[in-house]
Amino acid sequence: MTAMSFGQALNQALTLAMQADEDVFVAGEGVGVSIHPDPNMPTHGLLERFGPRRVRDTPVSEAAIAGLAVGAACMGLKPVVEIMFFPFITLASDMLVNHAGKLRYMSGGKSAFPLTVRVKAGVGFGAGSQHSHNLEAWMAHSPGLKLVWPSNPADAKGLLLAAIADPDPVIVVEDMGLYWMQGEVPEAGAVEKLGQARVVRAGVDCTVVAYGAALYTALAGAEEAAGKGIDSEVIDLRSLVPLDKETLLASVRKTGRLVIVHEANRFCGYGAELAALAAEEAFDRLKAPIRRVAPPAIPVPVSPPLEQFFKPSAADVAEAIASVMRR
Amino acid sequence: MDHELTADLRRHLYETMVLTRRFEERIVGLARQRGRLPGIQILAVGQEAVAAGVVAALRPEDVIVSNHRSHGHLLCRGADPGPLMAEIMGKATGVNGGKAGTLHLAVSEVNALMTSTVVGAGPPLAAGAAFAQQYRGKDDLTVVFFGDGAAAEGSVHEAMNLAGLWKLPLLFICENNCWAGAQRCDEHCPVSDLSLRAAGYNMPGRVVDGNDVEAVFKTARDMAARCREGLGPALIEARTYRMRGHGEQDPQHYVDPSEIASWAARCPILCYGETLVAAGVLTAEQIERIDADAIRRVDEAESFADRSPYPETSAALTDVWTVGPVA
Repeated sequence: MTAMSFGQALNQALTLAMQADEDVFVAGEGVGVSIHPDPNMPTHGLLERFGPRRVRDTPVSEAAIAGLAVGAACMGLKPVVEIMFFPFITLASDMLVNHAGKLRYMSGGKSAFPLTVRVKAGVGFGAGSQHSHNLEAWMAHSPGLKLVWPSNPADAKGLLLAAIADPDPVIVVEDMGLYWMQGEVPEAGAVEKLGQARVVRAGVDCTVVAYGAALYTALAGAEEAAGKGIDSEVIDLRSLVPLDKETLLASVRKTGRLVIVHEANRFCGYGAELAALAAEEAFDRLKAPIRRVAPPAIPVPVSPPLEQFFKPSAADVAEAIASVMRR
Repeated sequence: MDHELTADLRRHLYETMVLTRRFEERIVGLARQRGRLPGIQILAVGQEAVAAGVVAALRPEDVIVSNHRSHGHLLCRGADPGPLMAEIMGKATGVNGGKAGTLHLAVSEVNALMTSTVVGAGPPLAAGAAFAQQYRGKDDLTVVFFGDGAAAEGSVHEAMNLAGLWKLPLLFICENNCWAGAQRCDEHCPVSDLSLRAAGYNMPGRVVDGNDVEAVFKTARDMAARCREGLGPALIEARTYRMRGHGEQDPQHYVDPSEIASWAARCPILCYGETLVAAGVLTAEQIERIDADAIRRVDEAESFADRSPYPETSAALTDVWTVGPVA
């Protein structure tokens, strides 16, 4: 294990994958020469190390970047492309939704699309709703696309390596606020398995599930509730598609309560799927209504107090936990 | 394939056009019979010379990216009419197991890897395929067929920009068939010469009579040679005509019948047959035999498709991913 930042862990995953397999290449806007010369940026130094053939700065063309990935993947390459901010994935969405996710199925299984899309995400930079807008529900809703969302440096490396190794399209969401987070990371290429959640805080009273940066809000909320004698179990989902139903349902069946935390809008958000799953498969074990701690159906505002209002807080989570405990 | 216009090649061009025409005429008949064909039938009757001429300029390793009017591209490339017809009928023996239907036919056996009916989606996919060819240092190329309507899509421009910038081995074949849906070209496009677009992306743009199969072949061959030399992409605008409306349900009430009649007189197959007889390449008897052979092959294809079973419903849940069950 070595201590490094989340961004460096992603960088190490890209480096290992490129060293191991000539078919892996990296493309996107500023993945070679960047306006952010920070060693904690995931693609930092790749151009110098692997050269312009394998590290491709592209025009500002999200549809072409995603098309490049789909077309090159169909030919057997393993593209790792970057979408600079999550809201820009709308520009790439035809290539991802209608092609990356569907062409294998429509080919009758004759073609494969082993591509990885790295997406930078996050709320809390004052950048506004066209740079901050978590659209995981759009992508998770579309058949054929997998989606993972690491919350710590070790997972960042392991899940990105798993995404690149996977023979199908995988979207890796990176919470930019975590890029500087330090953590212990396994040395070698420890590839995580897609579709596995992790219990990060064991407890018996209430299940709290989150992913990405929202996990830390969930954990802080659980600690706040612990101060009032409530013992929460916190699950880091890690993989939204495929979803680890077993880990989630086992916890919900044990605690009988579920609080879901995410930074995407609550209405039709990914949490609705988790709530539906618990209602469909663990209804008889639920002791209280399911609660979702997520922003209202508004774009992410810029003004600091408004953005703070938008983003779920530890206090919001603690309040939700307390409310389901009263039932 | 011999890339000089030998008598054998001229005969081959004629044969593939006739097969395509007879195949699509059969679809016209089947589409009128209730319950025979699922979905909407979109044909390229009248455009056979573009398919035959371009495909004859290719090598087996080259890749084709097609669209909703794909039958000619595939048949000229050598796809087996039986599994094609079975796919169009939604049968288990179809090239894609019934998951593509007529609109998304992808035939990996002839390197027609990605067929998209999302108008304008082909070029970004093709840029990816061409990138893979360039990345591997081969002198293979990719051809993408799209229409005058698709030329208005932003994705086409993004793909042309990327291809021009990176000098990708990519032939953009714009089949200008005068109509996009019910809109004449001058009603949806501000220029009458679509090949002008090439200048904006630093590639050659050529206009060719799309009803003259030899002219199409020569232009495609010359532009393909440039691609193979590493000189980058080219745009060929093949001017032709959509004889049967957008789809079989389209009564073409918006078209002046005299326009259709004037293009019928320029039928690429009739005209080429006359040319070849006059040149002594084929006799009138051989012309008849080629036609009879094509009809026999289409009969066999229809019979094969008719005899074939529909897929089991369990097949609906396969082929989404290479590994892992559907979410």
